[in-house]
Amino acid sequence: MSWQPVIGLEIHIHLKTRTKMFCRCELAYGLDANTRTCPICLGHPGTLPVPNARAIEWTIKLGLALGCEIADRAIFHRKNYFYPDLPKGYQISQYDEPLCRHGRLLVPGPEVDAEVGIVRAHLEEDAAKNVHVGGAAGRIHGAGRTLVDFNRGGTPLVEIVTRPDLHSADEARRFLQLLRQTVVELGISDAEMEKGSLRFDVNVSVRPAGSDELRTRTELKNMNSFAFAARGIQREVDRQIGIYEAGGEVEQETLHFDPDHELAPPLRSKEEAQDYRYFPEPDLVPLAPPRQLVERLRKEIPEPPGARIRRFESQYGLRFYDAEVLNGSVALAELYERVVSAGVDAKAASNVLMNEFARTGVEPGAVDAVELAKVIEARARIPRDRFNEALAGSGDPGFDAERYLGDGLVVETSELEPLVERVLAANEKEVAAYRAGKRGLLGFFVGQVMRETGGNADARVVNELLRTKLDA
Amino acid sequence: MIDTLRLTAEEAAALLERRELSAAELHAAYLDAIRARDGELHAYLRTVDEPDADGVPVALKDLICTRGVETTAGSRILAGYVPPYDATVATRCRAARLSFLGKTNMDEFAMGSSTENSGFGPTRNPWDPDRVPGGSSGGSAAAVAAGLAPWALGSDTGGSIKQPAALCGVVGLRPTYGTVSRYGIVAFASSLDQIGPIAKTVRDCALLYRIIAGRDPCDTTTVDLPESVELPETEHLRGLRVGVPRELNEAEGIEPGVTEAVNRAVELARELGADVSECELPRSVEYGLSCYYLIAPAEASSNLARYDGVRYGLRSETNGDTRAMYERTRHDGFGDEPKRRIMLGAYALSAGYYEAFYGQAQKVRTLIRREHDALFERFDVLLSPTSPTVAFRLGERTENPLAMYLSDVLTIPSNLAGLPGLSIPCGLSEGLPVGLQLIGRQFAENALFRVGHALERALAFGYVPSRLRDGGAV
Amino acid sequence: MGPVAFSETFERIWTMAISREEVRHVARLARLELSEDELARFGGQLDAILEAVGKVGELDLSGVEPTAHPLDLVNVWSDDEPRGSLSVAEVLANAPDSEDTFFRVPPA
Repeated sequence: MSWQPVIGLEIHIHLKTRTKMFCRCELAYGLDANTRTCPICLGHPGTLPVPNARAIEWTIKLGLALGCEIADRAIFHRKNYFYPDLPKGYQISQYDEPLCRHGRLLVPGPEVDAEVGIVRAHLEEDAAKNVHVGGAAGRIHGAGRTLVDFNRGGTPLVEIVTRPDLHSADEARRFLQLLRQTVVELGISDAEMEKGSLRFDVNVSVRPAGSDELRTRTELKNMNSFAFAARGIQREVDRQIGIYEAGGEVEQETLHFDPDHELAPPLRSKEEAQDYRYFPEPDLVPLAPPRQLVERLRKEIPEPPGARIRRFESQYGLRFYDAEVLNGSVALAELYERVVSAGVDAKAASNVLMNEFARTGVEPGAVDAVELAKVIEARARIPRDRFNEALAGSGDPGFDAERYLGDGLVVETSELEPLVERVLAANEKEVAAYRAGKRGLLGFFVGQVMRETGGNADARVVNELLRTKLDA
Repeated sequence: MIDTLRLTAEEAAALLERRELSAAELHAAYLDAIRARDGELHAYLRTVDEPDADGVPVALKDLICTRGVETTAGSRILAGYVPPYDATVATRCRAARLSFLGKTNMDEFAMGSSTENSGFGPTRNPWDPDRVPGGSSGGSAAAVAAGLAPWALGSDTGGSIKQPAALCGVVGLRPTYGTVSRYGIVAFASSLDQIGPIAKTVRDCALLYRIIAGRDPCDTTTVDLPESVELPETEHLRGLRVGVPRELNEAEGIEPGVTEAVNRAVELARELGADVSECELPRSVEYGLSCYYLIAPAEASSNLARYDGVRYGLRSETNGDTRAMYERTRHDGFGDEPKRRIMLGAYALSAGYYEAFYGQAQKVRTLIRREHDALFERFDVLLSPTSPTVAFRLGERTENPLAMYLSDVLTIPSNLAGLPGLSIPCGLSEGLPVGLQLIGRQFAENALFRVGHALERALAFGYVPSRLRDGGAV
Repeated sequence: MGPVAFSETFERIWTMAISREEVRHVARLARLELSEDELARFGGQLDAILEAVGKVGELDLSGVEPTAHPLDLVNVWSDDEPRGSLSVAEVLANAPDSEDTFFRVPPA
């Protein structure tokens, strides 16, 4: 029997507004504890929340980028529970009237595309940070005390909930990458997992392939990277299949991964029945996003990365994986399109950008595409070293391709002939092997000659000369 | 000699204006009065000994946060809490150069109708110290009645300004919801809490309301007043349509002496030219109390969750974990009434019960609004008693929460509708003040001031408590 | 849930007594430590109050919109401009316990 994984995600993203969601304390990472706090985000008696207009706009913008309907009326609710990092004893969140719902995100794949339903995207405030200290290795268990830092408390947080439309660990990873890219390109979040500005939980279940039932799911928490998540999902899928095939039943539970000990088995916890006593936040009035605002924001939405991948495949005839890599950032994708429109062959441009150019670490956004196009066009005529040098310099201000092209190359046969003779004489064994049929050694001889010239020979001429001499 | 028992805020301001008196002298006179009489009454939890402004002094209910001055909301869980910020109403008072006399006693977290629920001991009624001043703003009302403050700010959720004003024989305004900022007011029930003035005269109430009202960017539920506050002048009521809702005037439990005094005031309104007729508020009165005792505790259960011993206030030490610390702190810090309401509210919001309780109560609230809206198409002002009874004896209702809750049965309906209400004294029953409640349409404070002022003149109520009349000057 | 089942459920909620276990549960939800005596006393009082407030159940309010707020305001917010924070001394001035610039509480 074959099994289909059924995967849903719940993602939390910090918005990089200047100030917090409900007070005007500045957002900052890595400062001393409690240096960006005020009576409001400390939950002092009498304080009231005032929503951050930019956070609301950005949530709408994200909703639009995810193809969501923007609610005519949205309200904030209080989610009541006690924890030291929750200063009011409730989190201001959204419940049954969120800002955005019913969206979808296209996740192109190598064989099939996934269209992932977005159940909702809503706005809330993040909790503060507890540090558990005094116990063994600072882990929660056995900790002697808890220290609380409210700097992060109140950071605007968007929660995105998907439908269980993902069917492989790889698809889930790709969805997360696309979503991350979407928010980064919208300019609304750094979405960096290391900083905690992107976090997610995964729901996993499996079902017999072809069925549409929904079986008991488990929740995977605390995963610290997309790759780790993909491995964790795969492991969980395999575990569940194993259970069913052994005639067992999967239990509903939450698996907490320890981000520092990726290989350690996850901690299990039974779902504790929560009763959050949601009710409409009486300190805030409803949101009714004006239509003009929504339409203005809609115009500001760039092409979604998933759609861009599809377009690259069809417009440039690229393979899926190449289109995916080139769309790893909008800057790289844009550079690619400009290089191609400057006349470079689409395949060649993609090869160079994904390989030699990528290895240089040059920031694609800093590159003059027209100059880079000249370098790529000349790649066959200029020595490898020089080509790589040119790529490495392509992000420098005032980069001029001409400096690396044409002039200075040894192209005269009369000059190269003695060098070729010398190389062949010094490598008699290889010459014999070549003549005995090891044609692959040609590259070796070319390399030797190029080294003799310090890379300043025209590779095509060297090739020709060598072949003439060897085949003689 | 400054006779603080009789001096109104308006008169005090005039004395300062004419430099017949310095602000320091005025402030000192009230502190003297407090020293003389507050030992018995306990209207204040603490006083401010040096005036910090050169205007008329004001007393603040102890749920108004004052930077650098302890603010407890009458609760032991906040003992020692010194706010790092000022409530907006405190800021506005400072901007109007009012000096702070002190913080007045109250039922813990404004939950109560007698000020007996204070974590720091009850306040007594200046008319009869064996009786309660009403509540929860009992300290503010008693302070004004006993000449311990020219005026004061209180807060009103279910009747906490109007009812103590009635029981102490002074004037109290509960403003339209949204006209006065709640920023810096220790919250009880957010969708009902309003700050308002308590004073000896309607004009004083209007003056203090003018200082505190208006939109505050720190409270998103506030609005600007559609018209500026007018000091009432006229002494007739010609052209005014007055409704007398039967259910508010004939409710079970209204004392005959109260009815008598209110009827006289209604008759007086007619004599002053008002067009008076009976009307009905059937469901508002019948269902108001149950609606209120679902909505207010639900919001309170959430508003009081922040008192957890982590950042401020009381912390009870245990040998256990955070949770044990929370549970012990909240057990030790809250009195019975907050505990009851927290549990009631948590229950009403909990899974499976929300729709039947909180959801249903919110719908009842819609009915109550509509019923009031309909009446205000025909009337400008509604009249009724403020409290069914005059001041009751200390201890009389403390054992029976429901009996205490009934103290607010007449003030709650219009509060749920978000409407302004004014209570003015309209006579005595058994030697104790009776309050007349005037209810207006949204933002119609000026109409309430006008009617209240005209009636006040005609009634000529002597607001100095009879037992203090001979010893007023200090 | 059909209208009949709906109102039956409500009917049950409005008229049922609160059990000792429920009082205990609600106290736990609200983080209130209560002795057995307190549980009994509050339980009796809550029962009486709940019986009284159950009166809201007498009205058929299907189709009536709930009122969350007496004013019909929407879209009140503020610009994303920083307005300063408290000093650490002010932040910790009221703290029952602190360590460095953190608030300190017993272990979770």
